[in-house]
Amino acid sequence: MKILALETSTEYCSVALWHDGAVSERCELVGQKHSEMLLAMLDVLLQDSGFGIQDMDGIAFGKGPGSFTGVRIACGVAQGLALGANLEVAGVCTLEALAQASGREKVIAALDARMGEIYLAAYEKYEGTWVAVIAPCLCKAEDAPQVTGAAWHGAGSGFAVNGAALQARYGEQLGSMDAQAVPQAGAVAQLAAIEFAKGNAVDAAQALPLYLRDKVALKTSER
Amino acid sequence: MKLILGIESSCDETGIALYHTERGLLAHTLHSQIAMHNEYGGVVPELASRDHVRYALPLVREVMKQASCTLGDIDTIAFTQGPGLSGALLVGASVACSLAYALNIPTIAVHHLEGHLLSPLLSDPAPEFPFVALLVSGGHTQLMRVDGVGLYTLLGETLDDAAGEAFDKSAKLLGLDYPGGALLSKLAQHGSPGRFKLPRPMLHSGDLDFSFSGLKTAILLVVQKNAQDEQTRADIARAAQDAIVEVLVKKSLSALKLTGLKQLVIAGGVGANQALRAQLNQAAQQHSFKVFYPDLEFCTDNGAMIAFAGALRMQQHEAQRDYRFNVKPRWDLQQFSQAD
Ligand SMILES: Nc1ncnc2c1ncn2[C@@H]1O[C@H](COP(=O)(O)OP(=O)(O)OP(=O)(O)O)[C@@H](O)[C@H]1O
Repeated sequence: MKILALETSTEYCSVALWHDGAVSERCELVGQKHSEMLLAMLDVLLQDSGFGIQDMDGIAFGKGPGSFTGVRIACGVAQGLALGANLEVAGVCTLEALAQASGREKVIAALDARMGEIYLAAYEKYEGTWVAVIAPCLCKAEDAPQVTGAAWHGAGSGFAVNGAALQARYGEQLGSMDAQAVPQAGAVAQLAAIEFAKGNAVDAAQALPLYLRDKVALKTSER
Repeated sequence: MKLILGIESSCDETGIALYHTERGLLAHTLHSQIAMHNEYGGVVPELASRDHVRYALPLVREVMKQASCTLGDIDTIAFTQGPGLSGALLVGASVACSLAYALNIPTIAVHHLEGHLLSPLLSDPAPEFPFVALLVSGGHTQLMRVDGVGLYTLLGETLDDAAGEAFDKSAKLLGLDYPGGALLSKLAQHGSPGRFKLPRPMLHSGDLDFSFSGLKTAILLVVQKNAQDEQTRADIARAAQDAIVEVLVKKSLSALKLTGLKQLVIAGGVGANQALRAQLNQAAQQHSFKVFYPDLEFCTDNGAMIAFAGALRMQQHEAQRDYRFNVKPRWDLQQFSQAD
């Protein structure tokens, strides 16, 4: 099975090809220039692999949470690719991608959500599968949901921006931390491969973002 | 003989269309977000983007079905690259370019205003180049000399609010829902002319520029000074419409005089205004010129004009295959036409 994955929810742009378990990946720091880089990077990745888009079995994308615009670019591109190549899609939570890439078994993943908030989830690996013991949520670092047990690994930009508050919140439970970790397409591809294998892939039109922050403006009646 | 898929997502409508260079417009469909934004009193850019990403793909499928075509029949995908809301533009651009990539076909980036400008050519009878175009929408008010596809000379434009904006802001002051242009014009039907006198900004400025921002202040004063019974509101609406329309008509006539051209083309949402149409038609008879309007459904944002502009552009330019889909939220049409 061959899966093409893309991830654009942060200032990085990454693409990956999962081929029966082997992953090749490209990642670049692009700031806000995902739209200029994404398809070109994808094209190079495919050319290097010797495959074309028509040879793929599915498209995977980082569905968020993350930059709204970035996540929508991933969704739009996943939709277009999947429609054009007649493929199904699987969206992967960026926080789970952080857990996957950490190489640990107990991970609190947190991404900077701006406006003094973070996107946060906690995952534990049971028999090779990630279980979300805290489902992805939007919160202030000081109100982050509690976890049980020790030796948790903290991953993602949430720990850079709100490191002190999160450390205060989890204290001794936090055994290690990697605030530089970013969600990348390689991890997205690995997690999507599991979904494809389970038959959980969906139609191209279902390539939609997971925003978590839903209140983005006030209605006239609420002002 | 080419089949072009057009994708428009610059503001608050997702418009998708299929245009065939010989058979004409095969299918088009539109999802308008007006009802959603209405609750917020104006377009919320983030919500607009969120809607585009939900609707773009289902609408593409819908036009394919309407036209009984398959994706493999498409030769080129045209998409609005700007100007507009960047997040909204990016949705259309990403779907357009990735779909083109997967289908191994080129894309054409279209200027939204060029779409509007050329949209009257979709109607029958269509104007012939050269003509003067009055572009009046929610975001723009411009008079252009159009000598051909890509040959645009700006004759004049608004220095502040657009004509559509003037309609909408006046409507808001009268308590009408957003975007109130059409509602204001409906209310104005019952209004008696001349009860309220509003300024005609820059009517005698000697150039072809417009200014509408003073109008809302004048209307605000009238609204504050008068009881808001139904007749008064209608009379104010009438006064607002008369003021905007008069300036648009007079400046259009001046543009025709200045250029010596005999065809006037109206494009953009305000072109739907019946009072504007009536006065222009009358002026056309009096001064023996011809005036053209796009079909009502193509006055406001739509995918058909983008597919169509893409088709015309293709005759001049190689469509591109580099699949970078950066957008241009601010993009001057004149610059664009000179650059080509
Ligand atoms: N009958 C009418 N009378 C007056 N104004 C109208 C009428 N119908 C629509 N409008 C106005 O037209 C505008 C919408 O036009 P359109 O969709 O072309 O513009 P836009 O998308 O807001 O802006 P742009 O195309 O410049 O980005 C709104 O301001 C609306 O109030």
